[in-house]
Amino acid sequence: MSQEPNTYSALGEVGAVSEKRSLWQRLMLDLRKAPMTARFGMIVILGYIILAVFAPILSPYGEAEVFPEPYAAWSAEHVFGTDQIGRDIFSRMIFGARNTVGIAVATTLLAFIIGGSLGLAAAINQSWLDQFLSRAVDVLMAIPSLIFALVLLSIFGSTVTNLILIIAVLDSTRVFRLTRAVSLNVVVMDYVEAARLRGEGLWWIMRREILPNIMPPLIAEFGLRFCFVFLTIAALSFLGVGIQPPTADWGSMVRENASLIMFAQYDIKAGLTPLLPAAAIALLTVAINFVVDWFLHKTSGLRDEQ
Amino acid sequence: MHPIIAIILNRLVLGIVTLFMVSLIIFISIQMLPGDFAEAILARAATEETVAALRKELGLDRHPVLLYFDWMTALMSGDLGNSYTGRGVIGADESRAVFDLVAPRLKNTLFLASFAAIIAVPLSLFLGITTALYRNSAYDRIMNMSTLTTISFPEFFIAYILILFLTSLFPIFPSLANVDADTEFFERLYWSALPALTLTLVILAHMMRMTRAAIINLLASPYIQMARLSGATPRELILKHALPNAWAPIVTVITLNLANLVVGVVVVEVVFVYPGIGQLMVDAVASRDIPVVQSCALIFAMTYILLNLLADIIGIVTNPRLLHPK
Repeated sequence: MSQEPNTYSALGEVGAVSEKRSLWQRLMLDLRKAPMTARFGMIVILGYIILAVFAPILSPYGEAEVFPEPYAAWSAEHVFGTDQIGRDIFSRMIFGARNTVGIAVATTLLAFIIGGSLGLAAAINQSWLDQFLSRAVDVLMAIPSLIFALVLLSIFGSTVTNLILIIAVLDSTRVFRLTRAVSLNVVVMDYVEAARLRGEGLWWIMRREILPNIMPPLIAEFGLRFCFVFLTIAALSFLGVGIQPPTADWGSMVRENASLIMFAQYDIKAGLTPLLPAAAIALLTVAINFVVDWFLHKTSGLRDEQ
Repeated sequence: MHPIIAIILNRLVLGIVTLFMVSLIIFISIQMLPGDFAEAILARAATEETVAALRKELGLDRHPVLLYFDWMTALMSGDLGNSYTGRGVIGADESRAVFDLVAPRLKNTLFLASFAAIIAVPLSLFLGITTALYRNSAYDRIMNMSTLTTISFPEFFIAYILILFLTSLFPIFPSLANVDADTEFFERLYWSALPALTLTLVILAHMMRMTRAAIINLLASPYIQMARLSGATPRELILKHALPNAWAPIVTVITLNLANLVVGVVVVEVVFVYPGIGQLMVDAVASRDIPVVQSCALIFAMTYILLNLLADIIGIVTNPRLLHPK
């Protein structure tokens, strides 16, 4: 449907067959309209994904490969130097993308599976189930999640599985609240009533009637929840009770190399070393926030009011 | 009875019930410990008899319900139990009371948190009001970008950036918060300047954005339109017309952020080796000193619940619709 700007005719427009844009075309159109911040965010996220997937190919050395010189300076051989027992920091940063981000993604997915399905079930079946789950979530949310995670980790021990399970369960409370709140608006719709009357089960109503209609807020929440989970895991690892050595992880890398910061006066590069993994965490969360911001703006249907 | 008092009483009861449930949850999760305290303290090599004897000494051989009531009654009288560290073999008990460990550190933490709050609250109000006043200006945009960025930063990143600049490159403040019970007030301020600054930056962004949003939200209401049409200047509009009605949401936001401050304190204390309750808890988690972990968790949860309750009550009390019932 190409039109010259000067030769517009209504007849031409009506006569032209409008083709439905393919998914890919719509995606490209959206991307072209996206603001700078969102594009920046998407490029950064893509970069992290590539790093995480191809970590063993991209990193010059192994994850736990020890070299003779601990705390080596930045050089061509070791781009960001080595850490307290002589492991290459650049390689560990790349493997950290795989470990830290991978664990955070797994945790967020699990939190959404638990919280989302329970939230949907509670919204559809507003009986004792809803009451019970909502009160339980109220109590769980009354405990700050970092503190509760610390208690549970001290009881069950800091393994990766425990970490994922504990944070996922604690965070699923917030997913539950959101899912329940947004689906309550959809449950009262006539088409849900119709589905119920024609005898569809709970699972069908959840998956086919309600889920497609509450997707946008859930996707945005997924991004924000991921940031939160990611920061919590990084904080726990930084405190020494999260991901355990020798697994390369950004939070614990900051802690291990923190003392280097005091040498910044003599060698600014050494002072920057402990900040690198922290900056890697910050950059990813900023990028996700930018993309979520744009996504929310797009799906909420608000126009720019200028 | 005035309806507002009824609502507040209702909330207070709910808060106490929540607190009770939280203590129950903490207790139950500790009961789920594989093995139990006795096995956790004694080494793996301990014989069954030794474990049984210690279990008896700690009173762990009784029914869990009894244990819970014992714990609760002790808590009511301020007895938090004994720490596990220093407890080697049976009989030779050199462990310290958890209360003696917690009390001085709790004071330090409260000092740090109030220090941060005293800077952060007025500053965020000022920034929030001015950005609402000069909406869409360059100033507003820069503040918006930078707050969005700091929200995404982990606490320890902010802390180490501050250390890099204010300690390492330009030695103004110390990086280790070397505070004890005898430290003078002003010296204490100096030593805890960096941790307080970090905490300020952590909560500032949120508070500022919420204040701005609360005011801008109000600016859309009809009575503001009326004031604008009758010739009020933007400054009058915000300070005289919008702000009095925005206090309720703003105060709620502040209290909620102070609740977050309580949690943010954990990481910051560890970075600056500040002798507070957060660091105590992290150390106790690492050494699996359950009585200390349990007490610290309860204190954190209690503060968090109380502040949330306070936010709730302030929200109710300042709501004009509830204050003047028909």
